[in-house]
Amino acid sequence: MDVVKKINKFTPYMLLAPAGIILLLALLYPIGYMVYASFLDWSPSQHIGQAEFIGLRNYINLWNDAAFFESFGVTLKFAFFVVVLEMIIGVGLALLLDREIRGMSVLRVIFILPMMIAPIVVGLMWRYMYHPTVGVFNRTLKEWGFESIPWLSDSGWAFYGVIIADVWQWTPFIFILALAAMQGLPRSALEAAELDGAGEWQKIVHIKLPLMLPVLIITLLLRLIDAFKVLEVVLIMTNGGPGLSTEILALRIFRTAQEFQELGYSAAMSNILLILLMLLTIAMFVYNKIQENRASKMCAMIEKG
Amino acid sequence: MAMQNKNTNPTFYLLMICLIVMSLGPILLMLATSFKTNVDVYDVSVGSFFFTPTIRNYESVLCNVLWYEPSHVDYCDPTFGRALGNSLFIAIISTGITLVLGTMAAYALVRFKFIGQSTVSMTTLLMRMVPPAVLLVPVFGIWTFQFGLDGTYAGIILIYTAMNLPFVIWILQSFIVQVPIQLEEAAKMDGAGSMQILFLVVMPIIKPGLAAAAIFTFRIVWNEFLLGNALLDRNTRTVPVTIVNSITEYDIDWGVIMATGMLLAIPPLIFTFLASKQIITGMTAGAVKG
Repeated sequence: MDVVKKINKFTPYMLLAPAGIILLLALLYPIGYMVYASFLDWSPSQHIGQAEFIGLRNYINLWNDAAFFESFGVTLKFAFFVVVLEMIIGVGLALLLDREIRGMSVLRVIFILPMMIAPIVVGLMWRYMYHPTVGVFNRTLKEWGFESIPWLSDSGWAFYGVIIADVWQWTPFIFILALAAMQGLPRSALEAAELDGAGEWQKIVHIKLPLMLPVLIITLLLRLIDAFKVLEVVLIMTNGGPGLSTEILALRIFRTAQEFQELGYSAAMSNILLILLMLLTIAMFVYNKIQENRASKMCAMIEKG
Repeated sequence: MAMQNKNTNPTFYLLMICLIVMSLGPILLMLATSFKTNVDVYDVSVGSFFFTPTIRNYESVLCNVLWYEPSHVDYCDPTFGRALGNSLFIAIISTGITLVLGTMAAYALVRFKFIGQSTVSMTTLLMRMVPPAVLLVPVFGIWTFQFGLDGTYAGIILIYTAMNLPFVIWILQSFIVQVPIQLEEAAKMDGAGSMQILFLVVMPIIKPGLAAAAIFTFRIVWNEFLLGNALLDRNTRTVPVTIVNSITEYDIDWGVIMATGMLLAIPPLIFTFLASKQIITGMTAGAVKG
């Protein structure tokens, strides 16, 4: 009997141990290792023990690296444009399509498809469509008698080209979340507004949007975090070029490690990206807590619907 | 009645059709191109969707796994066929391990309550935000020099499992909370141990949650490029890695590339058609419940 009890006492730890060990070994340890590696001058052919400890020199070099700042700027610009466009289009569509439609479930399946496809394949598709001669865009332009556009070979256009591809892939994410939030809104509030004679537009501005705000802000932050992770689509489409016009930070980290073989420098950049994302995540968590405390009643209503 | 009127509004339908065309268009274009010969791709007089289709591209991509020898293939490149096998193997094993370990951990966290719920969701959020690009350098260093796992299936499965565990634990948690405790107590009365209760009583009930977690994990592992590229060698490479390696700056054989892209896209597309409900559950749970 004693033995059985003892086993029972250890059960939760036994259940938790395998997952815990893997997370510790393969996720937390590498992150700690990265912080250490950012103080090293390290090339992939060296064992980490042979790498020279150079203190903060990687960070000092980053501070003086104009290309890094440009890449950082591109990342912020990309994240900003992408998130703003996707929020406006996604929420707008959700407001337009929030009604009883017969084929809604089919429609939803169609909208999820772009998100499920590998970023690599999305990059391929768009690179093909942007192709200067055989791409569908330039072909159509030519047929209609317009000049063809240097989609991926001009630094200005390439940036927009990458944004368009991301908006295509991820707007449905916002749309589906916004629609879910909207359909969870309390019917009573909307009906009351209708009785008071509120029009469609008034209902949207004064009732729907304010009530959806908590979910929308979380959605925005989630999407923002993901926008900083984008890499493969850009890698395939432009590989950061022309020049540095589309070289977002994640891609720069990859290229610094892969092509220039400077692992320490790459780790220092990874660290900065990680800190940025951690700040965003903490902001999201704090916002969540504030919402829970201040307006727990309202939240409960929205979520229960 | 008012509802009916809105539905029959022609601009509304026009908008719908526009949206459907926009989200499906690129995918259909890729599908069409994968059945096109390279000559037709570069011939401007041949339409995007109207041409004589051929399965040659698929034949040359899959030449070493086909039961017959395609006549037009002079030299059979086994890279892609092998990569497809690797991808399937790695994705299925990683998903399986992640689900089993994730269920165990989620069950322990819910039923024994030794860590606060908010600590778990905070950790999940923090883990979720870590981009694969950040893991690139440390994972390469550790796997190569300390674990000696570079180029092995075990190595890549280890990192994929670790990457997906936080999300899986967190989503399964929300399903396990809803399992009535009476059921488990009844099983305990009948003399079932914790493990038996977990695998025979709880797991069957949370099937929708398991399905959502499985699809998300499979999709992430199946589509992953960065870490696979850093860790895998010629023989263990996955499909995304081979695709990126086969793209050169000029002279791309679009038909063949699109066929490989299509083959990579098919499994996630099938999941979407089979289990869109679970996917939406997984997606909305991420935001709506915070």
